[in-house]
Amino acid sequence: MTIEVNGKSLETDEEGYLADLNEWEPDVATVMAGIDDCELSDNHWEVINFLRDYYEEYQIAPAVRVLTKAIGKKLGKDKGSSKYLYELYPYGPAKQACKYAGLPKPTGCV
Amino acid sequence: MEEEEYQGGEVKKFLYVNRRLPHGTIYALESLETVLIGAAFDQDVSMLFVDDGVYQLKKEQAPESIECKNFSKTYRALEMYDVEKLFVERESLEERGLAIDDLLVDVELIASSDVKALVDEHDVILSF
Amino acid sequence: MSTLNIINKSPFEKRTLDQCLKRIGAGDSVLLIEDASISAVSGTAFTEQLTAAAAQSKLYVLQPDLQARGFNDASLLDSIESVDYEGFVNLVVTHERVHSWL
Repeated sequence: MTIEVNGKSLETDEEGYLADLNEWEPDVATVMAGIDDCELSDNHWEVINFLRDYYEEYQIAPAVRVLTKAIGKKLGKDKGSSKYLYELYPYGPAKQACKYAGLPKPTGCV
Repeated sequence: MEEEEYQGGEVKKFLYVNRRLPHGTIYALESLETVLIGAAFDQDVSMLFVDDGVYQLKKEQAPESIECKNFSKTYRALEMYDVEKLFVERESLEERGLAIDDLLVDVELIASSDVKALVDEHDVILSF
Repeated sequence: MSTLNIINKSPFEKRTLDQCLKRIGAGDSVLLIEDASISAVSGTAFTEQLTAAAAQSKLYVLQPDLQARGFNDASLLDSIESVDYEGFVNLVVTHERVHSWL
């Protein structure tokens, strides 16, 4: 599979995750969200940017439990809840947000 | 896997025994990934590093130079996954001229003679 | 508390046997399979170490693996017991845990 971003054709796997992490740019997230009929708000971006920083630091996409806890710590308790994150990313915060962020599928999701 | 927390089921004590250098073979990375999966399923997980396995925790690894992923950074995330403890065998470190300051995470040093007691405390042993 | 330790590497090629033996204790057992089965033959460089280990641990070898490599029970060290596949299964169920030293 491929997606078109700013005139470039980027390869993804069969579930839509970016094949090469280094090809990510913010418009990748916008295009992927568009495919899911989702418009990205500042709150969406906050999670995407958080995930990219997390990946840079630890080289993994966090499991949802870990993500929820870590978001709560960094962005405030009200945001560190499954409810908040699922409202933003109904397909699952770890799966959907990681995809938009250009990360691989979280370890532990088979 | 569904993105809900794993509910119910028996919680077992897992000890992952890491015995090999990272990067030359896939063992260290596979062990780490299995640990993360086990921890995501709320199992009680600890890791033991012996023999060449102690090199997995060496600071300043830069495997980008051989086009390998730098998963040494991931050991620092284990705490967030509630991985109980990282044990390192003192003799294995000393044999290799390493000290606790050379390691990138907080660990508990144990003597070779205490490894049996540690193994005995666990239900499942997985060796890599 | 007892652990069945399974070794499958030749001690002439890998140090797994030594690494295992120095970290086990009373009540633990060792089963030698695949390429490790040849360590059970008497008169090798490992005879002394295995005889010493047998003082506190039970040692077993998987007979079909030994046979495949041209040895039979007559070539075994006295302190090592030979088991078939059924014996292998019995060892697994009679120990509290298995540590397979891959």
